[in-house]
Formats: sequence, structure tokens, C-alpha cells
Amino acid sequence: MFVAIRDIRFAKGRFALMGSVVALITLLIVLLSGLTSGLADRSVSAVRNLPATHLVFGGAGDEQPEKSFADSTVTPRQRAVWENTAGVRRVSPLGITTTRVGTPNGSEASATVFGLPPDAPSAPTGTSDSAVVISRSLAEEQRLHTGDRLSTTAGELPVSAITSDEFYSHTPVIWTTLDTWRELRTARSAGAETPLATVLSVEAEPDARLSEADSAANTLSATVGDSLEAVGSFSSENGSLLTMRLLLYAISALVIGAFLTVWTIQRSGDVAVLKALGGSTGYLLRDALAQSLIVLLAGAGLGGAAGVALGSAAGEVVPFELTARTTLVPVLVMIALGMVGAALAVRRITSVEPLTALGAGR
Amino acid sequence: MSLRLHGIGLTYPDGERTVHALDEVSLRVDPGELLAVTGPSGSGKSSLLAVAAGLVRPTAGSVHVGETDITGLNGAALSRLRLNRIGIVFQQHNLVASLTAVEQLQVTEHMRGRSARKARDKAVQLLATVGLSGKQHRRPSRLSGGERQRVNIARALTARPEVLLVDEPTAALDQERGARIVELLRDVTRQYGVATVLVTHDTQHLAQTDRTVAIHDGKLSG
Ligand SMILES: Nc1ncnc2c1ncn2[C@@H]1O[C@H](COP(=O)(O)OP(=O)(O)OP(=O)(O)O)[C@@H](O)[C@H]1O
Ligand SMILES: [Mg+2]
Repeated sequence: MFVAIRDIRFAKGRFALMGSVVALITLLIVLLSGLTSGLADRSVSAVRNLPATHLVFGGAGDEQPEKSFADSTVTPRQRAVWENTAGVRRVSPLGITTTRVGTPNGSEASATVFGLPPDAPSAPTGTSDSAVVISRSLAEEQRLHTGDRLSTTAGELPVSAITSDEFYSHTPVIWTTLDTWRELRTARSAGAETPLATVLSVEAEPDARLSEADSAANTLSATVGDSLEAVGSFSSENGSLLTMRLLLYAISALVIGAFLTVWTIQRSGDVAVLKALGGSTGYLLRDALAQSLIVLLAGAGLGGAAGVALGSAAGEVVPFELTARTTLVPVLVMIALGMVGAALAVRRITSVEPLTALGAGR
Repeated sequence: MSLRLHGIGLTYPDGERTVHALDEVSLRVDPGELLAVTGPSGSGKSSLLAVAAGLVRPTAGSVHVGETDITGLNGAALSRLRLNRIGIVFQQHNLVASLTAVEQLQVTEHMRGRSARKARDKAVQLLATVGLSGKQHRRPSRLSGGERQRVNIARALTARPEVLLVDEPTAALDQERGARIVELLRDVTRQYGVATVLVTHDTQHLAQTDRTVAIHDGKLSG
């Protein structure tokens, strides 16, 4: 690292430029990661945090079941089939409907109603007929308190409790019983046959005969993780943000590779001299890689720190998730990819001919 | 330890034909001896040094540094040989732009796997020997041509080599400074007991050397 450090000090401007590019790309990736994660949370947290292993989707009427919350309904018969399946420990119906609710101060808000039996493991305390439990963020946004009455398609429902935040499709979740959920839903689409619920949330043993239950009940079961894409916009949202992140990673590896290629070509004269003086190729490669690592550590570290600072500030107004997964991982991936670019670039040190140092034409 | 070249031949491919850069070259330089090699441009002077330094493998003959026949060594062993037993002073000063004068010397010690910090005092001392005391913190851009050449020489001496190979050190210097560099080379040759080959086409400086051989079209004479 003897030459590496001195080269950086000598060519401060160039390395600062390179470090800034790394820092900015890292900053962008950290912000994007936090945002992706935060948005995903707003989209599916209520589903992801269900205390279940699988969700069971049913088709509407005679239709084939699809993995989509919007199109799924389950019947009492399907519930019975699942309850009688070997290896299935618990089945609880879950009704999901996104709707608008009116508040006492006259404003309206979007919310998603989760209807479930009051004794279901995911039912928050206070879940009861003709009342709703609401997410804290809804309460804060609309200045709602316990006892306030919300106007819904099922009439005025009092807020029985306020609980921690869950979101579904970017709306806060409110909880009530299946019966009240059914009323809400019937009022919306009067006439159609009222189903039991939207999906079944199932807790199954690893060896449970899921596919047998599916064919017996004409349902489609999926793990909770796989069910997230059944929330309308989730896959496309997540997919485009992921693509952006992958592109940024690729760009950074290319930029670093290109910079270091030019730099390595520029200093090939010095490399030839050091080789002629007896420096081994291994020594020179280690030195060059150490140089890249210093720039990457400084750049990605700085960008990551700025990302954390900006992210926590932005967290006040936009959904932004600050975890090791959204900060440390992108920083480490940046450094790793940068080192790949660096390794490809400094590889040409191997082929520098020490004899050229002897020539007069340097 | 002496440097001995025996029956060296070196051909470069040149299209259909081959160029005979060196032809049956034999010479011997003893410790503490300064040998001058003169000859016109293209006569094979640099090629001779390259062979002696193990930078080019001769097509015929053998090179001995002390007891070691270097023609049989592989690339890594040749690197180690140059690192520890051969000093090279380049025609261009060939200093690393980002390093100060003392660091130019320290880096060679670092490449030898020794502590650069510990090598510092010795390096400063060596710079003083070549007349650069007080200038050890200057980068090449802030040194004159003659001063750069002195750093170049000091760097070649850092390992206390047995053999010193010097390629036209005065080419970029005026008469006065050139003469001083050759004087310096004679002094360090004596002081360190090193076998020195000085390539030059400048006959002015020959009075300072112990012996002179001339090279024409790859053949030695005189
Ligand atoms: N890499 C090479 N490939 C082909 N021919 C070469 C190569 N290097 C040198 N030669 C040829 O070998 C001969 C000797 O070259 P060399 O560089 O040893 O001369 P020189 O005496 O050092 O000349 P100068 O005083 O100009 O430095 C010349 O004819 C040159 O053209
Ligand atoms: Mg030459």
C-alpha cells in the first residue's frame, strides 16, 4: 500500500472525483433501498405479518382460483375441506376490502378493512362486531380517538381501539369481525352471493397435504411470502424499483472499472519502472487493489452515511425503512462490485513489460 | 562480486529477417570497477544492459552475477535478483511522480518486504551521499534534471547491489552536471565496491572511468 496511498494523495482531485461518484451512487442506492422497503411495507405489511404459513385463494363462483386478493373469495365448504386436511393446524377466514371511511370531522380516508374472527391470532384486542380497531397512523392522520364514530358502507362504526400500524396496498388497515366485514362488503356489491371471506389464512405443518386440499376444495394455496404478489400493485412496483437498483449497481461497477482502467494505463510507466527495479507483479497488484479498496471504502462509506442521514430525515414524510438490509447491504455490495471492476481493470498490470522502463521513450 | 558476460548473442525478429543486436559479446567487470561502454545509437548498448539485468533473455551465451548464472533463472527469480543484487540507473530518471525523493528509495525497500519506515534513515543518508541533503521531501517535479538523476542513482544503490547498470545518465544534462554525475558514479563504485557498467555515447566523461569498451553493430572492440 506504500505507493497506493501516495498516489491518492498526489492525484487528490481525480480520486476525490472517483470517490464522489461512488458516494453518490451509493447514496442513491441506499435511498432507493430504503424507499423500496418502506413502500413494500406500505403495500403488504398486513399480509406479510399474518401469523400464518400459507394463504388459500378461491375463485369467484365457478372460476378457477387465482393468486389475487381482488379476485379471491372462499366459501364455508372450502373452509371445511381445509380444516379437515391432515397437517393443517389452524384455518381462519380473512376478509379484505379496501374502502373509504368518513371521519367525525368530515374528511374521508382510504382504508382496508380486515374482517376476521375475534379469536383469530392476528385479531388485535378490541376486535368486535359493529366496531373497528384502527392503525395508529390513521388515527394520527385523521386525529381519531377511541370512541369516535367512522361512517362506512355498513353504517356508523365506533373506534374500539387503536393499534400498531399495518398497511395493505398503501392504505392503513382497520380490523373488524367477519360479520361486520360482510355487511360492509354486501352494501358495496348488493345482490351478489355473500362469501365467507376473501382468503383463508392457514397454519400448516411442513408435511401437510396442501395440494390435495387445493384440488378437493378448488383453491390455490401459497406461502405468505409468495402471496405478497397477490396484492395488486406490489410486483410491478417492487420490480421496477429493483431494476433501478440493479442498474445502479451495474453502472457503478462499470464506472469504477473504466476509471481504474484509464488510471492503470496512465501509470503503466511507473509500473514498468517498479517491475524493472525488481518489484513482483503480486506486490504491484496488491498495491493497486488496496488503492481501489481505499477509494471504495471512503466513497461507499460516505455515501452510505449520507443515505442514512437523508433517509431518516425523509422517513418523516415518506415511507422509508432504515435497517441493515437497506443500508449496510447496499454499501457492502457496492464495495464488492467495485472490487470486481477494479480487479478487471488492474489485471493489465500483469502484462506490463519491465523492459519498456529501459527505453528512452518514456 | 563480479559481473561476467560470456559469448552473448541477442537477435530481435524484424519482419522476415532478424536483427543481431548483440553478437558474441563477452566482458567482465570487477567489484569497485567502473566500465564505460560507448557506441553510436542503435549499436546495442541498451540491449547489453537489458541482458545483464535479466530483462531480456539472450539468444546465446551466459550472464553471471557473482556465482549465479542468471540465464537459467525464471521470471520471479530474476525479479528477486534485480531487487536485491542489481541496481539499475535509467536513461530517463524514471522516478515515480507521486513519491518524494526519500520515498523513491523507501519503496524499493518496501518491495523487498522490509519496513519502509525503518529504511528511512538509511535512505536520507544515501541521498546525502549523492548530494541531496535537505531535498528528500521533494517530488520529482520540484527537482532539477541533475537532482533527479542523483535520486535515480541513490535508488539503485539502496539495496547495496553487487552490480550497477547505468544507461546514459548524462543524456538529459549539460556538460557540467553530466561530469558531476559520472564523478558521483565513480565515487559510489569505489565506496560500495560495486561492479558498474556505464553506457554513454559521451566521450567527454571517459577520463573518469577505469576502462572503456566500444560497441559497434552489437560487437565489442577496444
Ligand atoms: N524490441 C526490439 N525489437 C526489435 N529490434 C530492437 C528492439 N530493441 C532494440 N532493437 C534493435 O536492436 C539494436 C540495438 O538497440 P539498442 O537499443 O540496444 O541500441 P542503443 O545502442 O542503446 O541505441 P541508443 O544509443 O539510441 O539508445 C537496434 O538496431 C534496435 O533497432
Ligand atoms: Mg539505448
